[in-house]
Amino acid sequence: MTKKITIEPVTRVEGHGKVTIHLDDQNNVDYSRLHIVEFRGFERFVQGRPYWEAPVLVQRLCGICPVSHHLAAAKALDVIVGSGTGEGLTPTGEKMRRLMHYGQIFQSHSLHFFHLVSPDLLFGIDADPVIRNVIGVALEHKDLAVQGVMMRKFGQEIIRATAGKKIHGTGAIPGGINKHLSAQDKEAFLNGPDNFNIDQMIAWSQGVLEFFKDYYTRHQSFIDNFATFPSNHLSIVRKDGAMDLYHGVLRAVDDEGNKILDDVDYQDYDQYIEEEVRSWSYMKFPYLKSIGKSDGWYRVGPLARLNTCDFIPTPLAQAEFEEYKALTHGKPNHHCLHYHYARLIETLHSAEVMRDLLNDPDLMAGELVTTGTKINKGVGVIEAPRGTLFHHYEINEDDQITLANLIVSTTNNNEPMNQSVNQVAHSWMDGQPEITEPMMNAVEVAIRAYDPCLSCATHALGQMPLEISLFDAENNLLDSKRT
Amino acid sequence: MVKKDEKISFEIDGQTCSAWAGQPLLDAAKDNGIFIPSLCHVQGLKPAGSCRICNVNVNGRNMTACTTRVSAGMVVENHTPELNELRKTIIEVLFVSGNHFCPSCEKSGNCELQALGYRYQMMVPRFPYEFPVKGVDARPDLIYHDRNRCIMCKRCVRSITKDGKHVFALNGRGGEHLHVAMDVDLASQLTEAEAQEAMDICPVGAILKKEQGFLVPIGERKYDKAPIGSDIEAQNG
Repeated sequence: MTKKITIEPVTRVEGHGKVTIHLDDQNNVDYSRLHIVEFRGFERFVQGRPYWEAPVLVQRLCGICPVSHHLAAAKALDVIVGSGTGEGLTPTGEKMRRLMHYGQIFQSHSLHFFHLVSPDLLFGIDADPVIRNVIGVALEHKDLAVQGVMMRKFGQEIIRATAGKKIHGTGAIPGGINKHLSAQDKEAFLNGPDNFNIDQMIAWSQGVLEFFKDYYTRHQSFIDNFATFPSNHLSIVRKDGAMDLYHGVLRAVDDEGNKILDDVDYQDYDQYIEEEVRSWSYMKFPYLKSIGKSDGWYRVGPLARLNTCDFIPTPLAQAEFEEYKALTHGKPNHHCLHYHYARLIETLHSAEVMRDLLNDPDLMAGELVTTGTKINKGVGVIEAPRGTLFHHYEINEDDQITLANLIVSTTNNNEPMNQSVNQVAHSWMDGQPEITEPMMNAVEVAIRAYDPCLSCATHALGQMPLEISLFDAENNLLDSKRT
Repeated sequence: MVKKDEKISFEIDGQTCSAWAGQPLLDAAKDNGIFIPSLCHVQGLKPAGSCRICNVNVNGRNMTACTTRVSAGMVVENHTPELNELRKTIIEVLFVSGNHFCPSCEKSGNCELQALGYRYQMMVPRFPYEFPVKGVDARPDLIYHDRNRCIMCKRCVRSITKDGKHVFALNGRGGEHLHVAMDVDLASQLTEAEAQEAMDICPVGAILKKEQGFLVPIGERKYDKAPIGSDIEAQNG
């Protein structure tokens, strides 16, 4: 008699997600799926709206990383209003957006590591959920918890100073930005009291990286073997191969590091990437056309970005990058839990970039917006905290949006997350007579590594908000447990 | 008719006010530092009495302040719990009868309907949303006309002209078909300044000037800085 295990809801998603794991007669995993079961519809309801509303409207997709959607849409509209891509903006326009974006990366990565991931590392993924949460971290590791809160706050303040609001700001407009950085904000970020300044953020970023590396030394076998599998990787990189999270060209590498795509203008992304629809999920499955549906899927996000780039253009992060790359002898890293390691290197890099930008006089003065000859199609791509984000818009002669196609980071990671769930389900559940809470958490640990908009509420609530149900082959409910 | 040679006295909420005889009550209140809310009235335009938010109690009867002329000895109630509740209700009805999506609307922060929603502390929708489908007309070079946001105040109808001809007009009289229509040919002839004037006269985001989105950051707009009416009330200290 076969059984089906359902983990639902997988919470803190943009919409709802659930995991189903199907067991055979011997309690071995037959197959598993991560389902995204709520339809969003943004691509449809922006149709007919004036194009200049898009950066402000579509960012409502998300309350965690709205800046990414805001900037990706603005970049697409830069093309439409004739300002071109990247270098077409004024120095002030581009650098203010960069500061906004790196502030976003910094706060999002900090939130993810400290609030969502650190409980798994500090207490173990099989620890009692009563303590395996952010409150537990605050009680037993006060300094670490305070750093997490302060680092996230710093990134949020950077967003406020550049976008106007911490959440859902309006700073980026087609062709540029609508404000300069104020002298007051600049001074506060550079020399603020009570450890709330950029130098302290860099020091804390280094500190948390050391914390992770120390953890890794003591748990190398677990981290290296948890949900590890080879894959392709994709991101944008700067034209010279440097990591660039704001702008660049598309690059994809295979599991051996051979380039599948390189120096590709993302305006032509739809010539290289296609999305597959599967009946059991509202989330599409992107893949590289040249390889095909079955093997063309790829990972995005920190792990992928450190696999695609040649170097990181800030010294402290570059030194960490070299140490990190040595672990896999320069080859692509396929260890799922190394996402955390890569994310912390990016956190340090973001802090360094912010420091450099805060000292740049272009942010305080200069032209804000450029315009040119309007065209009817534009694509904007940015490296959001969770990975490569595509926004594609087309407009009619009346300035109304007629087409919108969004491939969000989590969508790019759809197949990899499914692969990870499957790996964990096999290694933790095969042949087990009883499904326990740590087994379910292990599934979520794998999903959480990608920092999708599927991150679980587990740690925030101190209780796994999941329901597990066992069904027989006729879909009769055999057992149900809410942990 | 306003008699500019005859000053009279009257009373609003116990405060003695002076005004020219025959002056619209709403204007007279403003001159005396008293805010009476309105969405359809613009000083200098012929009063329309269409939004009803300026309802006040005059000598015991509810009347619209924009269409009522002041006279000597008039006793007016303005800021009372009953009237404020009535105004709040009208604001809520206006919100649900249009597609007012403030988060992505260019008018947010400069929108009088939104500002009144804040002033009268509209917290939750009490009435079902209508989600109207009245159409969008984006054909003119400079004007984006979103009828789904129109509150039928007729400010544009009364004020925006091109070569003496009205650009906007009330059309389709008879229940649900009533709407403000735009003469596309005339609207296409508007200059940048005239298009901006059309956008500014609209109290909500139904008339937008094209290619102009979020140049002024949220937080730095008119009603982000001070609540609607506070400039009038500041005259009274």
